[in-house]
Amino acid sequence: MPLQYKKNPVDFIFSATTAAASFSVIIFIIGILYVLVTESSLAIEKFGIVKFLTSTDWDPVKESFGALTNIYGTVITTFLSLLIAIPVALGIAIFVTEIAPNFLKGPIGAAIELLAAIPSIIYGMWGLFTLSPIMSKYVEPFLKEITAGVPFVNVLFQGTPMGIDILTASVILSIMIVPFTASISRDSFNLTPAIVKESAYAIGATKWEVIKNVVIPYSKLGVFGGIVLSLGRAIGETMAVAFVLGNNHRIATSLLDAAATITVTLANEFAEADKDIYLSSLFYLALALFVMSFITLAIAKFFLIKAERKYSR
Amino acid sequence: MTREQRRKVEGFIAMTLSTLAALTGLFWLVFILGDVLVHGIKAMDLSLFTNDPAPAGIEGGGLRNAFVGQLMITICATLIGVPIGVLGGTFLAEYARGSKLSRIISILSDIMVSVPSIVIGTFIYAVLVKPLGHFSGWAGAIALAIIMVPVVLRTTEDMLTLVPWTLREAAFALGAPYYKVIIQVVYRGASAGILTGILLSIARVAGETAPLLFTSFNNSFFSVDMNRPVASLTVTIFQYAMGPYDSWHTQAWAASLVITISILMLTVIGRLLIKGRHFKG
Amino acid sequence: MKTILKLTLIAAFVLSSAYAHAAETLNGAGATFPFPVYSAWAHEYNKITGVQLNYQSIGSGGGVRQVTERTVDFGASDDPSRPEQIQKDGLLQFPAVIGGVVPVVNLESVQPGQLKLGPESLCMIFLGEIKYWDDAKVKKMNPGVKLPHSEITVVYRSDGSGTTAIYTNYLSETCPAWKEKVGAGKAVKFPAGIGGKGNEGVANYVKRTASSIGYVEFAYAKQNKLNFTQLKNSAGNFVAPGFESFEDAAASGDFDAKKDFYLWLTNAPGKGAWPIAGATFILLAKEKADVNKNVVKFFDWAFKNGDAKAKELVYVPLPASLKDKIRAYWKAKGIY
Repeated sequence: MPLQYKKNPVDFIFSATTAAASFSVIIFIIGILYVLVTESSLAIEKFGIVKFLTSTDWDPVKESFGALTNIYGTVITTFLSLLIAIPVALGIAIFVTEIAPNFLKGPIGAAIELLAAIPSIIYGMWGLFTLSPIMSKYVEPFLKEITAGVPFVNVLFQGTPMGIDILTASVILSIMIVPFTASISRDSFNLTPAIVKESAYAIGATKWEVIKNVVIPYSKLGVFGGIVLSLGRAIGETMAVAFVLGNNHRIATSLLDAAATITVTLANEFAEADKDIYLSSLFYLALALFVMSFITLAIAKFFLIKAERKYSR
Repeated sequence: MTREQRRKVEGFIAMTLSTLAALTGLFWLVFILGDVLVHGIKAMDLSLFTNDPAPAGIEGGGLRNAFVGQLMITICATLIGVPIGVLGGTFLAEYARGSKLSRIISILSDIMVSVPSIVIGTFIYAVLVKPLGHFSGWAGAIALAIIMVPVVLRTTEDMLTLVPWTLREAAFALGAPYYKVIIQVVYRGASAGILTGILLSIARVAGETAPLLFTSFNNSFFSVDMNRPVASLTVTIFQYAMGPYDSWHTQAWAASLVITISILMLTVIGRLLIKGRHFKG
Repeated sequence: MKTILKLTLIAAFVLSSAYAHAAETLNGAGATFPFPVYSAWAHEYNKITGVQLNYQSIGSGGGVRQVTERTVDFGASDDPSRPEQIQKDGLLQFPAVIGGVVPVVNLESVQPGQLKLGPESLCMIFLGEIKYWDDAKVKKMNPGVKLPHSEITVVYRSDGSGTTAIYTNYLSETCPAWKEKVGAGKAVKFPAGIGGKGNEGVANYVKRTASSIGYVEFAYAKQNKLNFTQLKNSAGNFVAPGFESFEDAAASGDFDAKKDFYLWLTNAPGKGAWPIAGATFILLAKEKADVNKNVVKFFDWAFKNGDAKAKELVYVPLPASLKDKIRAYWKAKGIY
């Protein structure tokens, strides 16, 4: 777009200021990366990259640190929470766009977005005081009971149901990301041209068939981007899981075991690491988290941009 | 079963499941908000706002220090983050409109919006807390401001882009320099949208805990000195909820109620401002 | 309108920071073990002098780290630093109060203070080798106590903690398997269980989790009405935690100012001594003489006026002779 406007010295200053302000974002990203790398250099030197990422050791006494248990905790809680959240979120999106009567669409959509605005610490505290007792008294014993005889599956529910474990943390995380995934999916569904849907109805398709065969294929790029974006969010979530995960550095096989995510480890141990190598290892963890979430979010963005291009055509 | 019937049954099942999913979402919302409301109201007490904390394990005391601290940190973060965000968004939408640079910064901002906030806390610890030799309210405010900038920047960019180009051309034709056009014409046209972005970004950071843990730290006394550790509601909730005392738990619920209601109100006001226009969160 | 709002805010800040300098603040962080007594002292001290002593219980590891980084005015740790380390980091160290760590359980069928454990059984429970409460080893020591066949959940500290240091120091001293597999330190790799943050966190998790066992500073057990156990001490007697048994353990300690008071009180020899006792220490940055004087003023006040409060919270105040030694140490360092 040609910018034909009168040149003016004040204008130069103003434009330079705005440019500087927008560059701040790049400076933040580079700054964070630089600081995390320099602060963790001690640990990088000592443990290297591969060894740090693959070691399950997190032993402050022997001063031997590895990220695997933390990464494992992050991956498993994220995966489980997505497993729970995606069907619910898609269901909500379908309901809001296709099923709900018009006068309900707005309020329900708004209500679900309010769920997204609740601060994560509230989710965490609510999880500890309200959800965790429910999980340990009812849900987990029930799951244990019905899976008791099933080979492989029963391994997932071994141990004492104490409500402070991977399962509870994943449930809270899923409640947190549902509204997020749902609202992006809804936006994508809404972009399906009415004319395409109407032609499907015209040839006698049911509502579900229209959703399944028209709306979802049409919006799958956007929905997928939204899911990956939620994944990025879930990876970095701290407070919602910090209360109920139990902080155990171990590769847990049961969903009723305590675990530790990268974020929870940072929140718990960062201010209190006494030795230099300990603190440096925590910075190293933060670096790993930053890189992981950055890549995930970049992938999400890639799909969302692709989707945007497709729809705008 | 005929094919017709099967299609109908399948459709019915799918529709029922979707409705159930929506009800589940609403159920959690009502459950969580209801729980916070019930426990929080029970704990509401005027002394909560007028007293400072009592020593550990002793009944009574309030959270005056945390309410004031939270307010100070959030306001300072807003004063730092909003101007940068609005100006940055202006550059992308106006001076660099359509350029590759603008596109890249815009994408990076979108990514920054979702970068784990705890990482930003560790970053500020390394660059501000350690070199200066003390935890401080400013460190917390700056950490929150860094989270705000990309949010405000992106909404500003979007909102300015929505202002029709012809409006600017009309102003140029009168001989106005670009900065005047932006400030007097474009900002005015997009003011509701920008304000919404600002309110939502405040709502976003006001509930943040992770970036404050190692920056503004905590303070058991009433202090308005931003160069010292400052108490915040969220960090206090974390400490109190994890703590063993019943009186702490009660106060944590009360604090949660206050912060949840404030944030939901900001969110609702923000959305009402831009009502009628589709807004992506 | 927006500019007016901004201007008022800025004015408010200028005014408020001017006002803020009126109140003197001292920032401390570290051990959660003495947190109840420090916060009670600070509350009193603030009423009398107006000085705000802000103590945050982030864990002993944090106390050492933050004072080493000089981000706080004083650190607190239950894990005494060795004189070499004190020298290296440019610190000063002295004890402030003595207390005891107690194992706490959540068992409905057991009366408070009824369960008896020895060092071996405690060690094996925390190693995850004794898995059920009705294990023969536990039963043998507790005839007549109804022990359920339920799985034991171990609760430990997830943060760098002096309580853990005292506790694991005790386990390492009395149980070779522990020393070999886990070791002693502020944060160790626990083989089993869930981790709570701070004494507060452990107390909270034990309270909420049936059939669990954890370890906390006695004041936390008492304030939260947690069910603590008796332990067999090195003299072979079962003792209950309490003021007398802590005092007995403290009596055996010979603190030496030349070693910056570095000393463990675990597995003390006294007949009635509680085996997991320990002193909690204050760390100061050597070069900050002015700040140190103010911190020392606070502790001097506490040594003179805080004993009753400490006893009320079941801490053992330092004996008068040790207080004099500490005052001499302060004088020698030019901060008293």
